[in-house]
Amino acid sequence: MSEASSPLAHHFDDLSQQKEATSLGMWTFLVTEILFFGGLFAGYAQYRGAYPHAFEAGSHHLDIVLGGINTVVLIASSLTMALGVHASQLGKRKKTAIFLLATVALGLVFLGIKAAEYTHKYHEGLIPGAGFALQGAERQQMLFFAFYFVMTGLHAAHMIIGVVVVTIIAFQAWRGRYSPAYYGPVEVTGLYWHFVDIVWIFLFPLLYLLGRH
Amino acid sequence: MSTQIEPRKVETELVGTPAPNYLTNGFGLKSWLLTIDHKRIAILYLVSITAMFFLGGLFALLIRLELLTPQGDLMEAEMYNRMFTMHGIVMIFFFLIPSVPAVLGNFLVPMMIGARDLAFPRINLLSWYIFVIGAIITLSAVILGGVDTGWTFYAPFSTTYSNSNVALAAVGVFITGFSSILTGLNFVVTIHKMRAPGMTWFRLPLFIWSHYATSLIMILGTPVLAIAIVLVAMDRLFRFGIFDPALGGDPLLFQHLFWYYSHPAVYIMILPSMGVVSELVTCFSRKRIFGYTFVAFSSLAIAVYGFLVWGHHMFTSGQSIYAGLLFSVLSFLVAIPSAIKVFNWSATMYKGSISYETPMLYAFGFIGLFTIGGLTGLFLAATSVDVHVHDTYFVVAHFHYIMVGGAIMGFLGGLHFWWPKITGRLFPEAWGKFAVLMVFAGFNLTFFPQFVLGYLGMPRRYHAYPDEYQVLNVMSTAGASILGVGYLIPMVYFLWSLRYGALAGPNPWGAKGLEWTTPSPPPTENFDETPIVTEEAYAYSKEEPEIVGGKQSTRASLR
Amino acid sequence: MSEHVVPLRIYYTVFAALLFLTGLTVFVAFFDLGTLNTIVALTIAVIKATLVVLFFMHVWYSSKLTWVFVGAGIFWFLILIAFLFGDVLTRDWLPTAVGWEGN
Repeated sequence: MSEASSPLAHHFDDLSQQKEATSLGMWTFLVTEILFFGGLFAGYAQYRGAYPHAFEAGSHHLDIVLGGINTVVLIASSLTMALGVHASQLGKRKKTAIFLLATVALGLVFLGIKAAEYTHKYHEGLIPGAGFALQGAERQQMLFFAFYFVMTGLHAAHMIIGVVVVTIIAFQAWRGRYSPAYYGPVEVTGLYWHFVDIVWIFLFPLLYLLGRH
Repeated sequence: MSTQIEPRKVETELVGTPAPNYLTNGFGLKSWLLTIDHKRIAILYLVSITAMFFLGGLFALLIRLELLTPQGDLMEAEMYNRMFTMHGIVMIFFFLIPSVPAVLGNFLVPMMIGARDLAFPRINLLSWYIFVIGAIITLSAVILGGVDTGWTFYAPFSTTYSNSNVALAAVGVFITGFSSILTGLNFVVTIHKMRAPGMTWFRLPLFIWSHYATSLIMILGTPVLAIAIVLVAMDRLFRFGIFDPALGGDPLLFQHLFWYYSHPAVYIMILPSMGVVSELVTCFSRKRIFGYTFVAFSSLAIAVYGFLVWGHHMFTSGQSIYAGLLFSVLSFLVAIPSAIKVFNWSATMYKGSISYETPMLYAFGFIGLFTIGGLTGLFLAATSVDVHVHDTYFVVAHFHYIMVGGAIMGFLGGLHFWWPKITGRLFPEAWGKFAVLMVFAGFNLTFFPQFVLGYLGMPRRYHAYPDEYQVLNVMSTAGASILGVGYLIPMVYFLWSLRYGALAGPNPWGAKGLEWTTPSPPPTENFDETPIVTEEAYAYSKEEPEIVGGKQSTRASLR
Repeated sequence: MSEHVVPLRIYYTVFAALLFLTGLTVFVAFFDLGTLNTIVALTIAVIKATLVVLFFMHVWYSSKLTWVFVGAGIFWFLILIAFLFGDVLTRDWLPTAVGWEGN
């Protein structure tokens, strides 16, 4: 999207066209992500409608405290990301880098908690497949856990990619790469990060908050 | 080349080496493998998909050889299952879907809109590498014994019972999907943001409109296929049980997710060729397209509407009868925009100055064969008929008429049309005509008997069949042999032309369009100066004297 | 997409709203509202997502084209849901002929 020396790529006429194209490109990519996760949400919705008891029982195995903390962590990371983009728009090099690194830190907290949850599930024998511990009527909860792991796993994979990219952008920001005239990369990274946050905004209630009454 | 009202000049007088162009801008493997020039990437794709086409054709050959006789003598059922599966996977994902967009689209989209490159050149190159990696992974699935689930990967056979390399092939297709997504993303952003001054939406060539519509489908549909494949892989590798009926899993969920993409995918395969046909018909009728706006919007309509009909692949699957009813009605309606295009192409040719060069012959072939294929789709859309012909050769003939008679003829027509622009060389016209006639004859001999076979009840995906079907099968195999030779001939003369073909000038066909204003082959940056567009697309009629009646009213009805 | 610089107080307000809504959705989950539980949870999630999209992602300040793209993504997801559930929910509705005995 940009050359090493000048931020304007050879095939664009000016930075404004480049920025518009870059933003539109990221939005187009996010549309594909809506459909990607959307397929999972569709399947989840079908099974939840068909097997409400199995899904509620499965949801009970999830730690609502850890899930809640993760939700708050991710929302906070979206705030720091937005503040980072804001700072880059104003050409504030150090502030941009700090906010972006704060975003990374919060993202790593999220991933750490996720890893802890997964480990716990493993020890409880709730990973779907050959080692699934529940039998008999309870075995149907495997459908819940299949969706739980695929959905949160895919989400976590996106988080990992996001953490890597934000780190790189933070590094570039620290080196003074961005300015009020050229902050597109920071903004589109922000778009990606916010999208991953939005996915979790839906995952949390659908997976953790079933049948809590 | 031929006598016309407006003779096309062929500059065979050109001597010496061509001016510096995108082909001479750097030699050696690195300059090609690390290129960000959309034109070179198009050629990289051309080489790759041609290789995959011949692989897919090899599987087709083996299928047709087996079907020469009623018994299974060349191979057992299990091996035959792998043959048609690999034929489908290779042809659909590694040939048809990329073909026109990744080769002609990549080459022409920036040029047609007056841009120096696509919006994201490096993502363009990345999409090619992703394609190659996906192809290598899928090929390893082939080499390790193949896949036998059918290209449709239905659960629970694919997830639980198949003994073939399902996961490997699934991963290969999954990865290749991203190549498609990135291509579509690139096109959409490019068309929105990089049109030259004066190139308004309604001055765009219809090739661009159809590639825009195709890109919408690539963006909106492919991710759902990706997730369907992920779920199959999870079930197969880790026994997650998502589609396991014993747990309450629903195999139809897989089918819904699969066809949500795979039906619109067929429009990915046909829309770009339709765009090519619009270019060919106008040029070789020396006439503006009839009903530009209708054709442009019909491309969008096909793209949008195509997402609402996928259940017509599932009429006999156990899906709700009422859903089937809805999908059936919608499938009838989706034929309308396609029909509009056929009417408009025909109206364009009416009172045009038609010449029968090779690209135009491919366009004629497309229009006729696509119409037949499309009309037989209406037969299939009627649930009452589909119940009888589902999973028979009627379906096979239907989609081959569209995919081969339509999409591939459009691709070849476009390849011939723009070959002088891409390579700076002319292909031998006589051989071109011979090949297209051979393809047309071979194609019809191959696939028309299959309509009859399907109607008579011969099931698809069976290696053996009752004796009474043999005659038609032999005809089909004979046709396939002719078709295969017909495809080989252009390979030979295209390669020949690279060295010995006559040098082409900027515009050997006398066509309209920004790409024809550049030298052949074009320079790396496409245009020395960004063009400023002042006229409508297909402004062919302008030079002719005022004629009362048809032409004038035609012009008045155009934008 | 926008050159507009969003005032910081908007970000902080949205952040506070998101935290509040998170707490609300957890709170409501502990009450048995029947089918309303799902509806409330999804509604709150949609509101949260909308806030993130409009303000953190600047869509409120963005061009119509951006709105169209976002809308298209959501609409196409809804197509999948609508037709999938159109099948799933009506699969048991078997038509029976009028006058058929035994039903």
